[in-house]
Amino acid sequence: MSEQTNLLTRQQIAARAAQDMEDGWLVNLGIGMPTMIPAFIPKGRDVMFHSENGLIGMGPPPSEDEADQDLISAGKELVTMISGGSYVHHADSFAVARGGRLDCAVLGAFQVAENGDLCNWRLPNQKSGSVGGAMDIAAGSKRVFAMMTHTARDGAAKIVKERTYPLTAMEVVTKIYTDMAVISVTPDGLVLDEVAPGLTADEVQAVTDATLIMDSVGTIDIAA
Amino acid sequence: MKNKKSETLEDALGRIEDGATLLVGGFGQPGVPEVLIDGVCDLARRNLTIVTNNAGTGHSGIARLIEQGCVAKLICSFPWAKESFVFRELYDAGKIELEIVPQGTLAERMRTAGAGLGGFLTPTGVGTDLADGKQTMTVDGKDYVLEKALRGDFALIKAYKADPRGNLIYRKTARNFNPIMAMAADYTIAEVQEDVAMDELDPEVIVTPGVFVDTYYVTGWYEIGKERSA
Repeated sequence: MSEQTNLLTRQQIAARAAQDMEDGWLVNLGIGMPTMIPAFIPKGRDVMFHSENGLIGMGPPPSEDEADQDLISAGKELVTMISGGSYVHHADSFAVARGGRLDCAVLGAFQVAENGDLCNWRLPNQKSGSVGGAMDIAAGSKRVFAMMTHTARDGAAKIVKERTYPLTAMEVVTKIYTDMAVISVTPDGLVLDEVAPGLTADEVQAVTDATLIMDSVGTIDIAA
Repeated sequence: MKNKKSETLEDALGRIEDGATLLVGGFGQPGVPEVLIDGVCDLARRNLTIVTNNAGTGHSGIARLIEQGCVAKLICSFPWAKESFVFRELYDAGKIELEIVPQGTLAERMRTAGAGLGGFLTPTGVGTDLADGKQTMTVDGKDYVLEKALRGDFALIKAYKADPRGNLIYRKTARNFNPIMAMAADYTIAEVQEDVAMDELDPEVIVTPGVFVDTYYVTGWYEIGKERSA
């Protein structure tokens, strides 16, 4: 596995996804890798974060003095609120999500299909899962960015022609950020936008079940 | 005017009977009415249905209620957190029933009940396992799942401050499900950190009007998520 050394780190994937968070956006971050994004938002860009437990304007983790037992993220970590933020109850928080007020949700994924189907709430061999807010947020957000390793631990492709995992939401993923590539989901199919430095488009295609369109493939800028 | 304050936990909780459906506030630890839950544990009612986001943490709160065998069914969105090991054990032993509901659907089902509606159409869950057996409808070309209202016999909620009429305000993300559950039950019991005199709460910032609150019990501030002797 010589290409192992060319895989992006989790921080590098987060940094790359952060570049695409646009000024003025309200963004929801799933648990895990997506929560690393705020630290990489380019300076001067006004991006607000929504946490589904009723927090619009989530800030970074608190100092010891700032810590408040009543102020947590959806991942149940202590957080802060930025100035201009607000608290809402759960029905309003999910009205924000389903009502189309989220410009983007960045979510982890087990599997993404070429039509944008997202699978991230339950493994096929589990009889039950913890759905939390994943289905509401995925169904309601204007854009859904999937952020994940390109392949599963056993090497299986996670970007597939047709999903085989339990569905979270149909045809919602618009962009995919992995340790190998940035991919756009389009009506024509999956477009390979960028590959990690040192990787070729063919190497990415080799570990991707769905067919990638490779008309104009750039290189991920990891210095950003 | 009747003051809605209960001087004792027994007064606040005494109406709860075996088989009741309890809506219990909280997301993670904030907003969980821990004192009320401990009180319900001491009542040792059986066959309760609990509606709440998480399946309990450690051995306290909802987990204690489950561990004591008081709960027949749990309706929640996030049952399999590692801290919910008490629930997992009883579930695996077939001793507790589970209904998983997407978090926004859970909130809206209760809001709908509180608003006197029978149900609502949501895009959440369309085509997924969680829509199995539910009616779907297409409205203006978009698919929706029909979700029914979810009402409780009792709501057990936590708020920051109450006035004698039961008007409530909350603290930060401890608000979460509490205002919605207050609306969705036949009898709503609030534990509050502090009670204040009439007119001390600005009517412009009251989150839950007292009309949705039947009684409240004052607990004072406490560190959340700690096991307490009841």
